[in-house]
Amino acid sequence: MSYDRTTAFLRQTGTILVTLIGLLVLTFCIGRLMPVDPVRAIVGEEADRATYEMVAERMGVNLPLYQQFFRYVGDIVHGDFGVSIRTGQPVINDIAHVMPATIELATFAIIGGAGLGIPLGILAAVRRNRPVDHIIRFLTLIGHSMPIFWTGMIGLIIFYAALGLVGGGGRISDYYVGLIPETTGFMLIDAALAGDWEVFGDAVNHLILPASILGYSSMAYITRMTRSFMLDQLNQEYVITARVKGLSKSRTVWHHAFANIRVQLVTIVALAYGSLLEGAVLIETVFSWPGFGQYITNNMLIGDMNAVMTCVLLVGVIFIALNLLSDALYKIFDPRTR
Amino acid sequence: MAHMTSSATSEPRTWRDGRFAMAAVRVGRILRELLGNPSSGFGLVVIIILLLTALFAPLIAGSEPNIVNLPNALKPPNAANWFGTDELGRDIFARIVYGSRISLTIITIVSVIVGPIGLMVGTSAGYFGGWYDTVLMRITDIFLSFPSLILSLAFVAALGAGLENAIIAIALTAWPPIARLARAETLTFRSADYIAASRMQGASSLRIVLKSIVPMCLPSVLVRITLSMATVILTAAGLGFLGLGAQPPLPEWGAMIATGRRYMLDNWWLVAFPGGAILLVSLAFNLLGDGLRDALDPKHH
Repeated sequence: MSYDRTTAFLRQTGTILVTLIGLLVLTFCIGRLMPVDPVRAIVGEEADRATYEMVAERMGVNLPLYQQFFRYVGDIVHGDFGVSIRTGQPVINDIAHVMPATIELATFAIIGGAGLGIPLGILAAVRRNRPVDHIIRFLTLIGHSMPIFWTGMIGLIIFYAALGLVGGGGRISDYYVGLIPETTGFMLIDAALAGDWEVFGDAVNHLILPASILGYSSMAYITRMTRSFMLDQLNQEYVITARVKGLSKSRTVWHHAFANIRVQLVTIVALAYGSLLEGAVLIETVFSWPGFGQYITNNMLIGDMNAVMTCVLLVGVIFIALNLLSDALYKIFDPRTR
Repeated sequence: MAHMTSSATSEPRTWRDGRFAMAAVRVGRILRELLGNPSSGFGLVVIIILLLTALFAPLIAGSEPNIVNLPNALKPPNAANWFGTDELGRDIFARIVYGSRISLTIITIVSVIVGPIGLMVGTSAGYFGGWYDTVLMRITDIFLSFPSLILSLAFVAALGAGLENAIIAIALTAWPPIARLARAETLTFRSADYIAASRMQGASSLRIVLKSIVPMCLPSVLVRITLSMATVILTAAGLGFLGLGAQPPLPEWGAMIATGRRYMLDNWWLVAFPGGAILLVSLAFNLLGDGLRDALDPKHH
């Protein structure tokens, strides 16, 4: 490894470390600002003064703030994220339990969003300023502007209440709950493993509406970005050269222009996948979907400090990781950045 | 002596008047251009309607937003109640009209906080550079590494639910993109000749930033704020919907949807109209922002 690359590596690592520490300061501040007494939450309303003092001493809430911060960071380094006040379980176990539901939802959403968004974006760029471009841009604009929780409710009113085409809230119908042994936490996989295709069909029926609505919002983002990347390419001279030399339009677009935007698209899709966490917070509330989004809102509403701090930290870490991943992808696949 | 002071005061005024006239002409040209394009024209008209609605809410609404009329509860849209009535018999149209005041308050306060903060952080970081820039940009990055709704949720959880805290939380999450943009703009003309000239004339750093750099960043920052108003509207509504923003009986659109949710399967109008209002306003800001970008972009002409 040359000197330059070593310094670059050290710089990069330093930046990540600083960002992570900043993130911890932020979650720590949020936890300290929360209007809940952490000691009271553990000992209960009835506890006498002596017990209160003892627990307070053990938790270190009387220490100076910087010492409390070091304790907090130390705990996290040791993998201790604290216990949720609401469930009495370690927060990290709770999150591991609810995460599969959100991943299942987000994965189907991103498959739909990218599967439709990329071709639509390319189509819009190729047919720039034609009617089809205007229609696609209008659809993406609506996707950007709609309050996603409202779209979810309108979907429920139309497709569940009026037409009866899809299942309502929850991951499966009430009468199937508990029939399937929970092995992976992914409802579709569990149902398939158990060989219960009735439950599988029911789960698909419940998944389809929330996943489509989440997928629509990421499709809007992916289409918009694909269109602008593609336009950048199509305005370049090599495209004209290729066309002048007699290459067909579809070959120019797919073999040359598309090849150049593949890396950008991967990073955009990765970021869109992460952003679904945000949509999940709202959509899971509308559809009573027992995932990460619902977990985070429930804990915020009752002021479960450890759970809120850990969830915020986790979201921050996921986004930092996604950004690093996209930087790395650029470096690996795009020779110009080397 | 008297003559000298009068000329000293009158001269800057005529100069200023000229500048205001030029600015007025420029604004007029931008407005014409915005109205000339169907999509940005639509956005501008919707926002003007929103302003007028908020201003003249008592005249437009036709009734008070909080009058409970239980015998008239859950009536579908009809001639007397255009958008129907909610579970307490309150007129939904009146509530949406009064709700526009809340939306407008949120937008105004957030942009008044976020614009100056973002501009100051971004321009000073870009102008001074060095460790000052590094520290500020690290902080900005940490804020940017969150989806805005989740960060505002966390701040509201920390500060307590309510409209004021929701506004503070949204403002806390909305300044970083503006700071980023202002910094990037500052970097492009930090080493320009006119900056060097004013520095050699003895202008202080503060003066250079305020008089020479901030005005140059203003157009793109304005576009960015307009576009982020769409997100602000959605985030505020989302917080209201989750019960962490404006609290009932305030006729905030997101909170109206949250209460309407319980009755929505049989009474669609309880959620359809407030949500439609959110969609319309957010769409309008997106369209206006795109239009402003084209109108203010010098390459466009």
